[in-house]
Amino acid sequence: MLKRLRNSKGKNITIWFEEKPISAQEGESVASALLCAGVEDLRTAPLSGASRAPYCWMGVCFECLLEIDGQPNRQSCLIPVQEGMRIRRPALNFGESA
Amino acid sequence: MKEIYDLLIIGAGPAGLAAAIEAAKHKISVLVLDEQSEAGGQIYRSIRTTQSLRPETYALLGPDYQHGENLEKTFREAGIEFLAGASVWQVEPDRALHFLRNGKSQKVSYRRLLVATGALERPVPIPGWTLPGVMGAAAADVLLKSSGAVPSGKVVLAGSGPLLWLAASRLVSAEVEILAVLESTKYAYYLQALPYLPQALRAAEYLLKGLRLKRQIRRAGIPVFSGIRQLRAEGAQKLEAVHFDHRGQSKIFEVETLLIHEGIVPNTQLTRLLGCEHRWYERQRYWHPLLDEWGNSSVDGVAVAGDGGIVAGALIAEASGHLSALEAAFQLGAISKDHRDKAAKTYRKIIRHHQAVRPFLEQLFPPNPEILVPPVDSTLVCRCEEVTAGQIIKAVELGAHDLSQLKAFTRCGMGPCQGRMCALTVAEIAAKTQGKSPKEVGSFRGRPPLKPITLGQLANSTE
Repeated sequence: MLKRLRNSKGKNITIWFEEKPISAQEGESVASALLCAGVEDLRTAPLSGASRAPYCWMGVCFECLLEIDGQPNRQSCLIPVQEGMRIRRPALNFGESA
Repeated sequence: MKEIYDLLIIGAGPAGLAAAIEAAKHKISVLVLDEQSEAGGQIYRSIRTTQSLRPETYALLGPDYQHGENLEKTFREAGIEFLAGASVWQVEPDRALHFLRNGKSQKVSYRRLLVATGALERPVPIPGWTLPGVMGAAAADVLLKSSGAVPSGKVVLAGSGPLLWLAASRLVSAEVEILAVLESTKYAYYLQALPYLPQALRAAEYLLKGLRLKRQIRRAGIPVFSGIRQLRAEGAQKLEAVHFDHRGQSKIFEVETLLIHEGIVPNTQLTRLLGCEHRWYERQRYWHPLLDEWGNSSVDGVAVAGDGGIVAGALIAEASGHLSALEAAFQLGAISKDHRDKAAKTYRKIIRHHQAVRPFLEQLFPPNPEILVPPVDSTLVCRCEEVTAGQIIKAVELGAHDLSQLKAFTRCGMGPCQGRMCALTVAEIAAKTQGKSPKEVGSFRGRPPLKPITLGQLANSTE
C-alpha cells in the first residue's frame, strides 16, 4: 500500500510485528514501516470488525493505535522505528491492555 | 526539567518555534512540548531527519518545506528546553498541566501558556472513507515528510483547497501514478472569490504558486474533473474503486489509494479543555478560540499562536508566535511595553502581507456542502464508535438537540480520538436537521484525558 520513495541513508532496522520480523529504515514511523512492508490494516473497528489503516498521519485520527513494547494504545504514526521493537495489534477492545 | 517555567509552549511547529526563539531572546525560561518525535510541526514535519537521511525527498519538498530549516536550526542552537514525544492529556486550573512521555505521566507548571497546536485536515466523511487506502491528501504529504513514503499503486485525489494541489504536485514529482484529480470546487466559487482578487494580488506569490501547481498537474497529463459530486469509496476489506458524478454522468476509477481534502481547521482540543471561549467562523465553518491582537485567549495567562487560532498558513503562524512571545515577555516584566510594541511592528507587517490572500482563498475554497452534511445516511461520521449520519439525524429527531446530548445518545465522540474526527460533522448534521446554525448546537466539551492513558501510567505519574 505504501512504498519508500528512496532508500534512507540511515541504518536498516528490524522490528517485530505480531512475532514476525519486518525490515524498516531509520527515521521512519512504525506505521509507515508496517504499511511499506505490505501490512494493509493496523486494527479493526471495535464494533463491526472492519479493517482500518491510518487516515491522518499526524496524531488525530487514532487509527494507528498499536501495542509497542508492551505499552498499549501508542500512536504508531508518531513513533520512529527502533531496533528490536515488538509491535502487536491492539487487544479486542480499546483500552484493554490484555 | 524544572517544576515551573515562565512560558510553556505546546507545539513545535512554526508558531511554537518562533515563540520559543523570541522568548529566549528576552531571557525568560521556556519549555516546549510536542507530541511528535522532533520539531517542525506538520508543515516542516521531521525536517531534520528528512534533510540528513532522505536528501532527495528534502529536495523534492521544495522551498515551502525548506523554509523550516533555519527555524528549526535557530531553535536547536538557542539551547531551548524541548521535550519531543510529549502528549498533553490534562490541564489544571492553577497553571499546571500533565503530559505523557515514554509511558510516564509528568506534571509541569507555568506562568504563561502558549498553545501552538496548529490545525488538522478537516475530516471528509464520504461513504467508505474508513476503508484502508483512503486518507487525507495533506496526510499523504505529511507521510512523505515524516517517513519518506508514498502510495504504492494507483491514486486519485479529490476535494478542494490549496493543499490538495500541493499534495498532488509533490506526488507527481515523486512519480506516483495519479489517475485523476477530482475537484469539488464549483465554478460559482470563482465568481464569489473574484471581488477579493485585487486585494489578493498584494500577495501575488500565492496565486502564482497555485497556477504553477495546476499547470504542473496538467503537464503531467493528469485529467482534472471539476465540480464533481457524490464522491464515494468502495471496497470489501480495502479501497478498490472511487465513484463520483461529473456533469450528470457517473464515473469510476479503480485505485488503491484515494486522497481526500477539504481544507484545514484549528485543533481546539487543548483550548477547549483550558476553558477558552470559542467563536464560530462562518466562512470556513469551524470553531476557533477568541483571541486579542496578541493572541491572548479569554483565559488569563493562556495565549494561542498559529493555525490553532485562525487558519492562516505557516508564515503568519511564525509571525504570530513572535507576537505572543513578545506579549509574554512584557507580561512577565522582561521587556517594556514600548519594546514590545516596537518589536511587534515587523511581525504585524508580515501578517498584513500574507493575510491579503486569505479572503480570496476562503471564498474560492469554502468547505464542500456535501461533506459538511453527508447526503448518504449510512456514511460513518464517528469513525471510532462507528456512528452513521443517519443515526445522528435519528437521535436529533428523538430529542438530542445539542452535541453533549448527541454524545450521550449515540456515543459519537467518545472513542479514542475524542471527537477530533467527528465534532464538526455532528454539529453540522444536528444544526441542519433542526434548521439552526452550528453555533447554536455547540461543540463537544473538552474532557480529560485528551490522549489515551492507562491506569498504570496514571498510577506511576510523577508529580
